[in-house]
Amino acid sequence: MSRQTSRLDAKKVNSELLTLTYGALVSQMLKEIDNPDDVNKQLERIGYNMGVRLIEDFLARTGSNRCMEMRETADKIQQAFRLYINMQPTVTSWSSSGDEFSLVWDQCPLSEWVEMPNNGLKYCALIPGAIRGALQMVQLDVQCWFIQDQLKGDPVTELRIKYIKRLEDAVPAGED
Amino acid sequence: MSREEEGKLMYGMLFSIKSFVTKISPLDPKDGFLNYKTSKYTLHCLETPSGIKFVMNTDNQAQGIRELLKKIYSDIYVKYVIRNPLCGIGEPIISELFKNKLDVFIKQAPLTAARAS
Repeated sequence: MSRQTSRLDAKKVNSELLTLTYGALVSQMLKEIDNPDDVNKQLERIGYNMGVRLIEDFLARTGSNRCMEMRETADKIQQAFRLYINMQPTVTSWSSSGDEFSLVWDQCPLSEWVEMPNNGLKYCALIPGAIRGALQMVQLDVQCWFIQDQLKGDPVTELRIKYIKRLEDAVPAGED
Repeated sequence: MSREEEGKLMYGMLFSIKSFVTKISPLDPKDGFLNYKTSKYTLHCLETPSGIKFVMNTDNQAQGIRELLKKIYSDIYVKYVIRNPLCGIGEPIISELFKNKLDVFIKQAPLTAARAS
């Protein structure tokens, strides 16, 4: 007699479980940390630490090469969204210099069934953190921020990503 | 020579070779530096886009080491280091599990199997 759970793919988690776990995490943080801005920062940090590891998994799975252009990078980010949280964001609103773009989505497994407190909380701050962490590991310094947020009454959620600079690998200090 | 010192020397050498290769390459380097050969041994290097380097020294007959290193990266390193919360990023890997899995993997690799038969 095998257990019921063994029929499920062990590598995937039910999206509702993720939604509720994430919701519980955020609401607990709101209780323990007084300032919502600090909660945003902590969520961003959690995302960052996830991104730093996630990128290795992504590279190993997809066998991607280095991107030569931000447009390629945008495609990869889109692919990662599909791979990890089964989301289909669209890449739009490129700036004329090609170093800034938006990811737009209208459905996100993280933000279902959420009732927002009116205190400046960025509920999905995990996502920009993960993107920043992942890209930092491939020597891209970027800035990510939300322009629109469905949870705050906008029609879609829009995340803006801006390329800052390329990080060069340097000799560790004191080793030359 | 201590292990740490050997690591530093290896890092320094690879760093220099890499910057040399990048500078003399007429095109944008795609995979970067792959290997070099001396009369005694061959050094194979795989650098992931995230800057992790996998290095293996073999004799001059060995084939398909790059694929082997890629497999080590995706099947061993990502699985047992990256997904292991006890292994810090950028710290030396001290996981016994990783060591054992890597050992088993290398012993099963076609490279050593062919040699043994």
